[in-house]
Amino acid sequence: MANRHLKWLMLSPALLFVGAMIIFPLLFTLNLSATDAFGAVNAGADHIGLRNFADAFGDHRRFWPAVWRTIGFTVSAVLLETIFGLALAMLMRRAFRGIRWVRTILIIPLLATPVAIGILWLLILDPTTGIANHLLGALGVPPQEFLGSVRASLPTLVLIDVWQWTPMMTLLLLAGLSTLSEEPEEAASMDGANAWQRFRYVVLPMLGPTLTTALVLRAVDGLKTFDIIYATKGAGGGSSFEAETLNVYAYGLTFDYQEYGLAAAVLVLFTLFIIGVVLVLRRRSARSAA
Amino acid sequence: MKTLRGVAITVVALFFSLPIVWMFAAAFKTNVQVTDPSVGLIFEPTLDNFRAVLADERILPSMVNSLIVGVTSTVLSAIIAVPAAWAVGRFRMHRAGSLVLVARIVPAISLLVPWYYLFAQAGLVGSYTVLILSHMFVSVPLILWIMIGFFEGLPIELEEAARVDGLSAFGAFRRIALPLAAPGTATASVLAFVASWNNFMFALILSDEHTMTVPVALFSFISYAGTDWGGLMAASTVMTIPVVAVAVLAQKHLVAGLTAGATKG
Repeated sequence: MANRHLKWLMLSPALLFVGAMIIFPLLFTLNLSATDAFGAVNAGADHIGLRNFADAFGDHRRFWPAVWRTIGFTVSAVLLETIFGLALAMLMRRAFRGIRWVRTILIIPLLATPVAIGILWLLILDPTTGIANHLLGALGVPPQEFLGSVRASLPTLVLIDVWQWTPMMTLLLLAGLSTLSEEPEEAASMDGANAWQRFRYVVLPMLGPTLTTALVLRAVDGLKTFDIIYATKGAGGGSSFEAETLNVYAYGLTFDYQEYGLAAAVLVLFTLFIIGVVLVLRRRSARSAA
Repeated sequence: MKTLRGVAITVVALFFSLPIVWMFAAAFKTNVQVTDPSVGLIFEPTLDNFRAVLADERILPSMVNSLIVGVTSTVLSAIIAVPAAWAVGRFRMHRAGSLVLVARIVPAISLLVPWYYLFAQAGLVGSYTVLILSHMFVSVPLILWIMIGFFEGLPIELEEAARVDGLSAFGAFRRIALPLAAPGTATASVLAFVASWNNFMFALILSDEHTMTVPVALFSFISYAGTDWGGLMAASTVMTIPVVAVAVLAQKHLVAGLTAGATKG
């Protein structure tokens, strides 16, 4: 059948391109992770089995802290974005005057260049000259160190992420809300359910599939966050590695230290971790939908 | 209740817009004003920061580089992704289509290392070709993702009628579906261009001083300019203005594109 050839003909360029860019490099990384490749890219390398993986798992100075930071950063950012995004979506659900302008304001943070956003927040949050401490001072709050301190760096980055990505959550959930039928809610209202009960027992369950998709998208992007961390904290996530996530760690291993073998092992683990997270989130949603 | 909602929405709008307003304002401040938090949004503006940015030897060339890489990668991505999206949408090839979407999940840095390693051995690091290929790796899945939903939303009857009238399947795509999908293609292309314009990590590694894109130039401006906040904010403003303009002009389409595929579950 002509259609049979046609559909593959139209799909194959995209499929081949993405496949070539992904499969070969992944195999390459897999192979690299079993070698002691180091230094110049054309230097020879010997296979050393799983020693890189053992090194990574035994590394409590850089690897494990980076793992926990990655998880902590992503979980807190996505959790806050989900709560605020959901609240904001419910707030904007019914049309109001100026809704177009609010939607325009909401898409600007998520289209703006992350590097520029990072630099902007460095200015706003500067401990001595920034406007943030000035405003907090007016409210009687003592000045904060924000990105300047080891302890506050990661939480501050979470807040920047929340500022940049809550709008995405809101827009995704608004799109989901707009597809819901109003009848179940009206029925619940007639049965005497109050606003909170209608939200909790009627709207939220119906919104489930959209919420899962939004969670998967945000979780994957959150785990991979790089630009804003690197732009504000530099290589290694700061002098005490205080903001070093797995992505920043693997980047540093490769391009600052030329530890290609070890970096590849970290990347293999990182990739498996992300795929695992996606599978778990999708599986849970399949079960709750059933 | 209604006023409460109005107040809440106003607070939210201010929270998300004020940092950007602050960036634009800082771009017009002297270095004394910019580091004095008591100087708010009312001050005597200066254009010195923009003059410094325009005179900087990397910012303007980097904008040209970003345009070249962004336009080329977007056009090439649309050429291969739009027909693919039609095939996936019309012939229900979701399994094959989802292979391409794997690209959205795999951490880009796990590919960047081998790309760098391989391209460096081929002597290609620093070329436009490498930048365009790496940006296409983001744009192809993005356009595909948006356009599959768009083609599925088009009524199939029009294409069937065209087939009855003697058009081939490809003819139905070319003459019927493609023109109808023009708004979707435009939206997807704008989002792909923005993704390329913003991309930092790929260009940081794969570009050199002649091909560096705007985010890399901006990043190098940090260390180079020290704490020249006015200059940094002017450069950031120049980078952000096109994005804001697009957001204002095409808000509705962009929201549709950004949320495409999310409601299908």
